[in-house]
Amino acid sequence: MTTIPRSATPKGNGCQAIAANRFRRRLRDLAIGIGVSIAFVAGPAGAQALVADLSSHLIAITTGFTGAQVVLFGTVERQGDVAVVVEGPPHDVVVRRKDRMAGVWINSLALAFDQVPSFYSLATSRPLDLLVEPAVLTRHALDLDHLRLVPRTPVSPEKAAAFRAALIRNKQAAGLYSVAPNPVIFLGQRLFRTSLFFPANVPTGNYMISVYLLNDGNVVSAQTTPLVISKVGFSADIFDFAEHESILYGVASVIVAVALGWLAGVIFRKV
Amino acid sequence: MQVYLPIAEMSVNALVILGLGALIGFLSGLFGVGGGFLMTPLLIFIGVPPAVAVGTQANQLVGASVSGVMAHWRRHNVDIELGLVMLGGGGVGTALGVWAFSVLTRLGHIDLVISLTYVLFLGGIGGLMLVESLGALIRGRRAPIRRKLHQHNWLHGLPFKMRFHRSKLYISALLPAAIGFVGGFLVAIMGIGGGFLLVPAMIYLLGMPTGLVAGTSLFQIIFTTATATILQAATNQTVDLMLALLLLVGGAIGAQVGTRVSGSLRGEQSRALLAVIVVGVAIKLAIDLFTPPVDAYSSTTIGTPDHPDTDPTPAGATPAPPSR
Repeated sequence: MTTIPRSATPKGNGCQAIAANRFRRRLRDLAIGIGVSIAFVAGPAGAQALVADLSSHLIAITTGFTGAQVVLFGTVERQGDVAVVVEGPPHDVVVRRKDRMAGVWINSLALAFDQVPSFYSLATSRPLDLLVEPAVLTRHALDLDHLRLVPRTPVSPEKAAAFRAALIRNKQAAGLYSVAPNPVIFLGQRLFRTSLFFPANVPTGNYMISVYLLNDGNVVSAQTTPLVISKVGFSADIFDFAEHESILYGVASVIVAVALGWLAGVIFRKV
Repeated sequence: MQVYLPIAEMSVNALVILGLGALIGFLSGLFGVGGGFLMTPLLIFIGVPPAVAVGTQANQLVGASVSGVMAHWRRHNVDIELGLVMLGGGGVGTALGVWAFSVLTRLGHIDLVISLTYVLFLGGIGGLMLVESLGALIRGRRAPIRRKLHQHNWLHGLPFKMRFHRSKLYISALLPAAIGFVGGFLVAIMGIGGGFLLVPAMIYLLGMPTGLVAGTSLFQIIFTTATATILQAATNQTVDLMLALLLLVGGAIGAQVGTRVSGSLRGEQSRALLAVIVVGVAIKLAIDLFTPPVDAYSSTTIGTPDHPDTDPTPAGATPAPPSR
């Protein structure tokens, strides 16, 4: 069901072992996540109104990574519309505003937001505001306007709104927040599919994809499924080395630079 | 050809980076400056996070300086004694600069301080060089040698006098050490080699022969940038080896060409050219400081988003449980 490379077994020691451990950790996370999603499927009594899955539960960031596309597909047992929300691992973000001071633009005001989704995308089969009440949109973080972004410190509503809008604007500019780039398409009455696109600057980590079945202005069924975006291969090795053995990595970087510089000097000596 | 940079966490065109490296390497070989003052703004311009640009570029400068020095070495254009004395000051300066950098980061205005330092140093030194070298060019070929003209001032009364045979100088060791100190400080604060500061300081303050300045400053920059690389990697993890490799390959080629071209340029011509570039960058940065930004708001991630070791479950951020 997933397309996890099987070759990621420890072959040596050092970097490879670290990478292998990291990979095993990823697999464990993934297993837990899949378990959760299966539990969701089995949970509600009777027939599940909505079943969905991804073409792949792992996006591997290799040296040639330029972004990735994952197909989400599923079936519904009853009429309705489908909304797909992708949320990246949360992180804390500080938003700063520049103001003119003595002619120079200087960061003056700042507001921190906790637990901001590092990535957010929404795909729907029809425009949502026509289908669902605002309270439902807010509960399921359907649409950017209804994303839960909590300022760390209490501030006036105007300031919070301005900084919130700026945060979403910055994220959109970076290509990390988007609404309906690829709509959910129904193939007949029951079957639906959509493509989820992840750009090259996508943050790594555990993603949660929530699929909602909407009917009569409410959510009638939902399913979550995990997606792991992880660096693998050479780029993962470099990242792990830099993270875990940072001083050694620095020394190694200097040695590589000196060696390359020296090599260039020798090569070009007689040219 | 797209390549993913593991530390910068972005995909770039390898040919663009190679070309960038070659351009900066050419300038490095031509003028004896590292070219860092150009590389940082250019890397940020193509989307590399500023911290990674600064850290990676220090690493790239190590390699570029090594190949630059080798070319100068074969022409006996490196004053090792003087370089070592400068390095003594440089080590202290780098350490102090790293400390100052952390204090400024805590105060929250590091970006502004970096920009202002760039404008101040690049503008000031570039302007002085431009005036001097243009004056020398206009005066023409009558008196190209000014060596005999330097007067004795208080600088020559300083203690710890040393004889630097290669440069034919008898000056206080404190002078080159002080220049090295300022250079080392700038490596840490601005993430640059500091060649644009070292080169004129060595020419005007020490009175070194112009031919020796490029090689000697590069020699010293190897060690200060190596120190900066290790410190950046250890404290901030902002050295992207993949990016550095690409810049190095391009830079190594460019530096060789630059070094050869530098032989056919007269001292004041090369100085005038460097001055024009330096002043140009300073003006660009100054304009950026004063023009209203496209978006007055900017977002910065605090804390790393991906730490599977410490935080495997994105608690609190998962969507609300399904309702039936």
